[in-house]
Amino acid sequence: MLKIDNLHAKVEDKDILKGLNLSVKPGEVHAIMGPNGSGKSTLGHVLAGRPGYHVTAGTATLLGQNLLDMETEERAHLGLFLAFQYPVEIPGVSNMEFLKAAVDTVRESRGQESISSVDFMKKARAICKEVDLDLSFLKRGVNEGFSGGEKKRNELMQMMMLEPKLCVMDETDSGLDIDALQVVANGVNAMRNSERSFVLVTHYQRLLDYIEPDFVHVLSEGRIIKTGDKSLALELEEKGYAWLEGAA
Amino acid sequence: MSDFMQQPLDAAASLAPTWLADIHARGKAVWQNTPMPTRKTEAWKYTNLLPLQQRFQAPDKSNTPEVSGINYPQLGGSTLVFVDGFYREELSKIDLPEGARLLRFAEADSKQAEAIRARLGQAIVSKQHLFAALNDATLADGVFLEVDANTVVDQSIHLVWLSSGQVDALSVNQRLLVELGANSKATVVESFANTATGGTAFTNGISELQLGDGAILDHYRLHLEQAEAVHIGGVHATLNASSTLNSFHLALGSTLKRIDIVVEHRGQGAHCEVNGIYLPRGEEQVDYHTCMEHAVPNCTSSETFRGIIADQASAVFNGRIHIHPDAQKTRAELSNKNLLTSNQAEVNTKPELEIYADDVQCAHGATVAQMDPATLHYLRARGISKAEAEVMLSFGFINELVEAIRCEAIRDYLKPLLARRFSHNPKLTRHIL
Ligand SMILES: Nc1ncnc2c1ncn2[C@@H]1O[C@H](COP(=O)(O)OP(=O)(O)OP(=O)(O)O)[C@@H](O)[C@H]1O
Ligand SMILES: [Mg+2]
Repeated sequence: MLKIDNLHAKVEDKDILKGLNLSVKPGEVHAIMGPNGSGKSTLGHVLAGRPGYHVTAGTATLLGQNLLDMETEERAHLGLFLAFQYPVEIPGVSNMEFLKAAVDTVRESRGQESISSVDFMKKARAICKEVDLDLSFLKRGVNEGFSGGEKKRNELMQMMMLEPKLCVMDETDSGLDIDALQVVANGVNAMRNSERSFVLVTHYQRLLDYIEPDFVHVLSEGRIIKTGDKSLALELEEKGYAWLEGAA
Repeated sequence: MSDFMQQPLDAAASLAPTWLADIHARGKAVWQNTPMPTRKTEAWKYTNLLPLQQRFQAPDKSNTPEVSGINYPQLGGSTLVFVDGFYREELSKIDLPEGARLLRFAEADSKQAEAIRARLGQAIVSKQHLFAALNDATLADGVFLEVDANTVVDQSIHLVWLSSGQVDALSVNQRLLVELGANSKATVVESFANTATGGTAFTNGISELQLGDGAILDHYRLHLEQAEAVHIGGVHATLNASSTLNSFHLALGSTLKRIDIVVEHRGQGAHCEVNGIYLPRGEEQVDYHTCMEHAVPNCTSSETFRGIIADQASAVFNGRIHIHPDAQKTRAELSNKNLLTSNQAEVNTKPELEIYADDVQCAHGATVAQMDPATLHYLRARGISKAEAEVMLSFGFINELVEAIRCEAIRDYLKPLLARRFSHNPKLTRHIL
């Protein structure tokens, strides 16, 4: 599904990713943990092609195609979805119009039949319910004035509408109350299948109680310095990151 | 003063009813004794008046140009259409309830003429508004809308001024006088339009809105003129106690548009909301000068203008709030936001606050920005093409004001018109509409 090889990237002349390797197979769930500022969000941004993030070496492919050569929207068409750590507020553009534009474009790019407005609304309403957002959120400006947790649920809603192949979720669990955490976990678990993969960036082992990962990685100073199974998350919870950093 | 308007001045004097003679004289005196503004004139600092440097001609009444190609909103209710300055009955329709009257100056009997003369220009300081003086001096026909106390006019009253482009360097005078009696209510829409091809026209448009105690006026001034059109004009409103003015302004670009909006709060408890959108592109210029005069206590004004400036176009927004010493408990808000979609686009925005009362609330803000790359990226990360994302964000920038338009027919007319302004490709506008 996703193959990242020796990835180096910089932001404004500062090296952030320094030889990152990661391989994700279809159906797998990978958790990435690591200290603040280690480069987790940078990894997501580089995969999504955010302006200002420059790859200086290495490769990243999704479904065998070179991601790094593509425009941001082409990556989304191919099946990449990044749930942002800090979703953007867009006053004046309604959530509904935004979702419809995204769904229509992505479906077109995949050669799927276009979805009727009625079916779209049905689906949007059902997903609103699943992510526990009131229907009025569809009419509001994208993320405009949403609380932290509402923004995260809105990211999840977009993910469920777009049905991507690879979901990179950057701290979607941060700032969520216990019930909302459950909502996110249920959403992810419902989407899990043998074709779809997840990369979950998180600071909290708790999320992994609800979404069981196949692998847990530790990202530190721009590289993956340790990989294990879900027990690694428990160990990190207990010991912190300091004991690993020497090994880097 | 240069004589570029000499022929229209002479023509007006011969065309107009005789009872306008002293108004002509009054306007002419100011016009001829005031030098033409230059870049050194504070109120015209950023506006290039070069497009006026031609010899303008008054329209010829014997022409009845075809205007079926000119697009303007079709609204229910009364519609008065003027083409190249002349009233066109076959394009118009008057349908008013009892207690409301529309009258053309040219048709006024002596009693009506007296009523018009008593009100006309009452709210305009012509020394400060040179082009209003020119309007007086070239006035041949105008429209007087009178609504009696306690009369509610449900349907909109639409005044349409078209220029046909069949003659070059045409000078058109537009004048509207509205008087709403106490506790009356009406919706007045002014539309200005022309063809994209054809000769230049200079429209000098002045509207006066006089609101009695407790009156409510929804007012729209839609400048749909394009290409070579020049419009210099203004809206001068006076608000008596507890009256409410909701005024919406739109300026699509054209060579030059300069609109002065002056609202005088004359009675306590008056309120106005003035919103506007301007969208110049190419080498067009749009200049809005607004002035909220708060002369008495306990009034409010709220102003929101948004502009998107493309290509090499330029815009000026000057928002003056003048709170007189007696105007305690005034609440005045002013917001002007601008989006520049090209590196050569330009805007000069300036709030101008003069506050002489101490117990007031006054908030103002002006911003100039380019399209936010992080926002654009967010849309693209969801698969939306860059081109469509730009259209969505441009429309999103003005959408709040479009949605706030009270008159549904106007909103429905403007939405696709504005969307197409950002792209002619229906695929890129389909999610807005
Ligand atoms: N525009 C920028 N200019 C300079 N430095 C930047 C910029 N963007 C990110 N960085 C730096 O890159 C480093 C990695 O940031 P990143 O956001 O990837 O960390 P993270 O692992 O996601 O952290 P957190 O757990 O706090 O979310 C940080 O030191 C950050 O300050
Ligand atoms: Mg981060």
